Amino acid sequence: MEKTWNNKAWFMVLPVLVLVAFSAVIPLMTVVNYSVQDTFGNNEFFWAGTDWYVEVLTSDRFWDALTRNLIFSAIILAIEIPLGIIIALNMPKKGLGVPVCLVLMALPLLIPWNVVGTIWQVFGRVDIGLLGHTLEALGINYNYVQNPIDAWVTLIVMDVWHWTSLVVLLCYAGLVSIPDAYYQAAKIDGASRWSVFRYIQLPKMKRVLLIAFLLRFMDSFMIYTEPFVVTGGGPGNSTTFLSIDLVKMAIGQFDLGPAAALSIIYFLIVLLLSWIFYTVMTTSDAQS
Amino acid sequence: MNFSWMAWTLPTALFFITIALLLVGMGIWEYVSPGGNPRIGILRFETTRGDRLFVSLLGSAFIHLAWLGFGGGQHLWWALALSVVYAVGVFRYV
Repeated sequence: MEKTWNNKAWFMVLPVLVLVAFSAVIPLMTVVNYSVQDTFGNNEFFWAGTDWYVEVLTSDRFWDALTRNLIFSAIILAIEIPLGIIIALNMPKKGLGVPVCLVLMALPLLIPWNVVGTIWQVFGRVDIGLLGHTLEALGINYNYVQNPIDAWVTLIVMDVWHWTSLVVLLCYAGLVSIPDAYYQAAKIDGASRWSVFRYIQLPKMKRVLLIAFLLRFMDSFMIYTEPFVVTGGGPGNSTTFLSIDLVKMAIGQFDLGPAAALSIIYFLIVLLLSWIFYTVMTTSDAQS
Repeated sequence: MNFSWMAWTLPTALFFITIALLLVGMGIWEYVSPGGNPRIGILRFETTRGDRLFVSLLGSAFIHLAWLGFGGGQHLWWALALSVVYAVGVFRYV
């Protein structure tokens, strides 16, 4: 059958283009404009050139926050992806257990981010929180307000609790799409549980894992609300990630020029890392 | 319509006009020679000419950032020249 070629499809794309223009392109252009100027308000701007970029790129504050972000994202991915796969593999594939498990898994995702932060802030408190109080009763010296390691552990556990469900649901969607014939063939061949996972389940989950990996990387790299509510970037600056630093700079100090320069650098880092992950994973997928 | 809230300057306007012209140019190139000219270059994965433009622009951004971070913002035209050489290299070999 011969394909019909016309340009009507462009009109279908037009609403998305308009939406993206207003929600992303115009704000991005404005941030670029701010990043080369200085302002004291009242819509008055003074040319600063590349000064803010130099200031940000040569400051310890930026590199420290970036390092914290990269470490946080690496830990989150190292925990949530394997844990998500393990939980998805052990979820029931049929029967009443399926909807029960799916609802339970979806529950953390339905809670707004600031509420999650508040829950864990209270949960971790030594005086009234269940976690903090229990740990203290067990003789463990835990205080996320004063100890940087405790603050990091709290944030990591909170993020794992909040977002592993997303990885589970995506992996589960990949698993249930595998036809039974694959498992039957593996059974006839006497394949081990590991072989079934390695050669059937993992390849079939690859695409959803790519989505899960990218979503979790971008989200953890841009995390703001939960650490802001739980630790406010402290103790000291130990949990001050780039996003928190950015808000402190833009709203706390009203340094809009440096904050805009930091935003652009932050955006470019996210873009580069996402592109690398996407390219590596899609290329290995195509080769396999 | 008043766009003063966007705080436009001539250099940033020229920057975005250049990006827009590049995209229009790529559109015309695609119209003249459809298919995106996919090929496998030195990075050992398939790229179209749109991918190569993306890699060129992203790489150029980081060349400029590195120049600003390590060079203190002096003689930025050298960073631009390096970016052009890099982009030609990407379109030729990637």
